Amino acid sequence: MGADSTLRDRFERGLAAPICLTWELTWACNLACIHCLSSSGKRDPNELRTEEAASLIDEIAAMRIFYINIGGGEPTIRGDFFELVEHAVDRRVGVKFSTNGSRIDATRAARLAAMDYVDVQVSIDGADDATNDAVRGAGSFDTAIRAMGALADAGFENFKVSVVVTSENVGQLGSFEELASRYGAQLRLTRLRPSGRGVDSWDRLHPSQAQNRELYRWLLDHPNTLTGDSFFHLSALGDPLDGLNLCGAGRVVCLIDPIGDVYACPFVIHDEFRAGSIRDAGGFAAVWRDSALFRGLREPGSAGACASCGSYDACRGGCMAAKFFTGMPLDGPDPECVHGHGERAAATPVLLRPRASRDHSARVPAGSAAT
Amino acid sequence: MPAESERTTRAFDRRAPLMLHPDVALRDEAFGALAYHYGNRRLVFLKSRQLVDIVRDLDAHESGEDAVRAHVAAGEIDRYCDALGGLVASEVLRGR
Repeated sequence: MGADSTLRDRFERGLAAPICLTWELTWACNLACIHCLSSSGKRDPNELRTEEAASLIDEIAAMRIFYINIGGGEPTIRGDFFELVEHAVDRRVGVKFSTNGSRIDATRAARLAAMDYVDVQVSIDGADDATNDAVRGAGSFDTAIRAMGALADAGFENFKVSVVVTSENVGQLGSFEELASRYGAQLRLTRLRPSGRGVDSWDRLHPSQAQNRELYRWLLDHPNTLTGDSFFHLSALGDPLDGLNLCGAGRVVCLIDPIGDVYACPFVIHDEFRAGSIRDAGGFAAVWRDSALFRGLREPGSAGACASCGSYDACRGGCMAAKFFTGMPLDGPDPECVHGHGERAAATPVLLRPRASRDHSARVPAGSAAT
Repeated sequence: MPAESERTTRAFDRRAPLMLHPDVALRDEAFGALAYHYGNRRLVFLKSRQLVDIVRDLDAHESGEDAVRAHVAAGEIDRYCDALGGLVASEVLRGR
């Protein structure tokens, strides 16, 4: 849908339940991507137990949240992964999950292809192994390609190939699209955030102004590319991109982490944006409805330093998480502001930027020697 | 992401009986409702409470237009019939 200001205003005041609920099932991961939003690696012993996870799904179904986005870590590492997915789809809660592909073999691909209401996103961050593996680790490109082949062979139609757009892969958008269509899949592009381990890789990986203009034109020319409303900060370049073009944090969007803590969005995993826990009395519904943080986010915001800019209505000041983790004021411009108003973010030394409150890294991230 | 709910359609017959598509679930919201289609996985916004009331009441009427007439003033009938046509086009509604 295009820009609909009445609806956008309503959404900014918050919905009865989220539309886009991301649930990170585990911090365990066999990879160590240098931009991992949740600094994943090691499993937390306090992870939600199977019964807790199942009752959370029951609550999600009761709130009429139609589908959830499951991520991690690598969610398929959990031994009860398929049990939980089946629990969800049995209650008409659709599941879209992100995977690095390492556990998607022929058997699991066939099992997934046979399920209703399940969608799979295989992540790659380069259209060739050199570009991809520099971010996601040695061998991860081949692993993802094997998983795509397994899904296609199993007859899983229209799965997603999910790419975080970086300064190193922005020139490969056409190749990503070809690669996805080779497997009967659809391309999904999302924005790099300086969150989690991304704090340390942002300066290297985030697209330049010129690259963002190229990306914006490409997105306008390829309206069937999925973006999860990721690039609304670029709508200030001209015609609005497809989507609601707003920050949905705590209004339309939220994140549940592996131990049941609830955050305003998947990109602001920091104590300052923690709304509560599903383990608190009242469960997830009470956190969504009543938390002071979410109620605050649903109040009309101030345009702050962006008030005098003619593009504010198009970009709404951009992404809260991108501002927060680059040390920028939340009521000012996005660090990738298309008019260049955010460039002083680059002047904030990395060591002075906020860091995620928890680090689950198991080992040295891929390619970190190069950062 | 969300599809437009009020796309007009050529083939919509407002005198035909309508129903909520069996693959669609509704969730009430302050602005109206969200409709999610489990088959095509599209989310559609019903942008007024009256439209939601009409949709929930379709089974009790002989036609889409009759359901509209039961809920809105005369001057708004065409607009709401168009909205039903849009919902037929996006497969939120179908004939019964």
